[in-house]
Amino acid sequence: MKLTRTALAAVLLAAFGAAHADITIGVVQPLTGPASGLGIPVKNAIALWPKTIAGENLKVIVLDDASDPTAGVKATQRLITEDKADVIVGSTATPVTIPMADVTAESGTPQLSTAPAGLPPGKDKWLFRLPQSNGVMAFAMVNHMKKQGVKTVGFLGYTDAYGELWLKDFSAVAERNGIKVTGVERFARADTSVTAQALKLTAANPDAILIVASGSGAGMPQKAIIERGYKGKVYQTHAAATRDLMRTAGKDADGTFVVSGPAVIAEQLPDSHPSKQMAIAFVQQYEKAYGPGSRNQFAGHGSDALVVLEKAVPIALKKGKPGTPEFRAALRDAFETMGRTVLAHGVLDWTAQDHWGYTNETGVMLKVVNGEFKVEQ
Amino acid sequence: MDFSIASILLLDGLTNGAIYALLGMAIVLVFTVTRVIFIPQGEFVAYGALTLAIFQTGQVPGTVWLLLIVAAVAALMDLAAGLREGRGAGAALKAGLRTFAAPAVIAAVSAWAAPHGLPLPVQALLTVCIVTAFGPLVYRVAYQSLAGASTLVLLIVSVGVHLAMTGLGLLFFGAEGFRNPPFWDVRFAAGPVNFSGQTIIIFAASAALIVLLWLFFERSLYGKALRATAVNRLGARLMGISSQSAGRLTFAMAGLIGALSGLLIGPTTTVFYDSGFLIGLKGFVAGVIAGLSSYPGALLGALAVGVIEAFGSFWASSFKEVIVFTIVLPVLLWRSLRSGPDEEH
Repeated sequence: MKLTRTALAAVLLAAFGAAHADITIGVVQPLTGPASGLGIPVKNAIALWPKTIAGENLKVIVLDDASDPTAGVKATQRLITEDKADVIVGSTATPVTIPMADVTAESGTPQLSTAPAGLPPGKDKWLFRLPQSNGVMAFAMVNHMKKQGVKTVGFLGYTDAYGELWLKDFSAVAERNGIKVTGVERFARADTSVTAQALKLTAANPDAILIVASGSGAGMPQKAIIERGYKGKVYQTHAAATRDLMRTAGKDADGTFVVSGPAVIAEQLPDSHPSKQMAIAFVQQYEKAYGPGSRNQFAGHGSDALVVLEKAVPIALKKGKPGTPEFRAALRDAFETMGRTVLAHGVLDWTAQDHWGYTNETGVMLKVVNGEFKVEQ
Repeated sequence: MDFSIASILLLDGLTNGAIYALLGMAIVLVFTVTRVIFIPQGEFVAYGALTLAIFQTGQVPGTVWLLLIVAAVAALMDLAAGLREGRGAGAALKAGLRTFAAPAVIAAVSAWAAPHGLPLPVQALLTVCIVTAFGPLVYRVAYQSLAGASTLVLLIVSVGVHLAMTGLGLLFFGAEGFRNPPFWDVRFAAGPVNFSGQTIIIFAASAALIVLLWLFFERSLYGKALRATAVNRLGARLMGISSQSAGRLTFAMAGLIGALSGLLIGPTTTVFYDSGFLIGLKGFVAGVIAGLSSYPGALLGALAVGVIEAFGSFWASSFKEVIVFTIVLPVLLWRSLRSGPDEEH
């Protein structure tokens, strides 16, 4: 009797031990709620991942954070304590991914955030970001402005964190390149009119106006500036690099310059762009599964997470077995030391000092021509 | 700041103010007749603009199905109330059917019309019908049985209705916003000021609605009945005016005003599922300036809010909302100093 019990325990232990040898990937994404439009594409891209990395079986567990920080933290805790996740991917909603970082840091689990989460210095030891930082995008934009002979820029942005961060990052890059920010005006997404702000900005007549807004919110300020008869150049950020811009601003969007990550405009990239191959591979695989035109920024991050893991896992496997703290720590170290990695979304180079890590080769400038995005060569 | 900039700002402020005026008057109307502080007024605006936007894409707006569901719930409530009061099954069934019939017809016509790509005015008319039909149903489902409750309870219910309507808006219309095509796509230049056709429509429609409301309250029997209810509910009931039908009529008018405001504002700005709250809140500020009791006061207050908002965004765009909502404080202080403590009747 005692013997059978011991044998049973041994068998169970063996079974669990074998299960633990799989690499467990915990995915926390907003699949419902206001941010679901961001999380569902990431989940779709992850569904296309292969079954193994470096010969080890992959066990992917996807949980819904419902766009809610509390639910995101709970899901992360479950993945870490019960499923012994080796790495957490998520969340695409910034307000969710930030509190998740506390949980992953405390337990020593590397986290690949699909949102551009800004954390205070020292807090992001275990957090690595897949989206581009505003600074990298501002670099591409300022370069383009220099080529166009822009000397002064008016700023028209959201009164929230997105607008504030862009102003800070853009001003720094612009100043280094001899471009002056001459006027700063704010508006909210729900505002019914930005006429007054447009009036004040266009009265100073800067060479260019930078609009910092996202999605369909980018249409109203665009229209307001054009309706004021502004003839200079208009720039928009990568949050506006969707068809919503043309849908809400109509023909007033024509001639606008928009900065974007490379993944979504794969076919149009110049052959010299390092991400071209990866971007085309991503778009073909994703659109084969989900239909033509289904590509977007966030699906690109889901696909890029695999590229990062495929590079880091073999390095980490030399130091520990999946499911152990050693493996998780080795994986984190591998992210920092693996060096230049080409993704569909740009070229990544994470270091101990920088967990944002895209290089300045990343941002691509687009121009709206007849309601379509065209890459500026 | 010179004359031309000031005149452009003034025009912009008055255009938005005209919309706030409509909402402010609707809020005053609902409060005086039913004592409900109607926070979801702005949601009707968003529903109006977005329902039309979905019609434009050739799909059936989600509000059509919501209308059917809410109508069914209201009809069941009428049926149950009729049976409980012992008026007989036939009469109760008739009351329920009466509540259900009009929304059902509107929903059926809308569902049929949506894929046909009818002209813009027809779709606008359908939108007005759908959103107006919501008014009495919202009153029936959320407020009617609480008619005797305190203003505070009614306010709490309003917050609940607002949250529910915003959430359903997200479900039906998605997180991205829409901009409707203008009803009259022309531009006139008068010196530095640039009139668009839509601006003229906004002014004309607002003025026409205000005159119609005045005529309704001064000349029609229904309007007089509503005014009587507003002045003294008990007295009006003793004179044979049903406070329930007064409430339904008031909410229908609130829905109508909200829908029209949504149609007016849709072409000038991008409307999101949650845009209504802020627009409604500015109408509410206008109503508060009028002490929630005077229509001309609400009109003037709304125009003032619009103009202050325009000049505020010119001088200090980061503090625009702060400036607009801070106006309420001195007004409230002045009102409380003038009126003394006795408020609730």
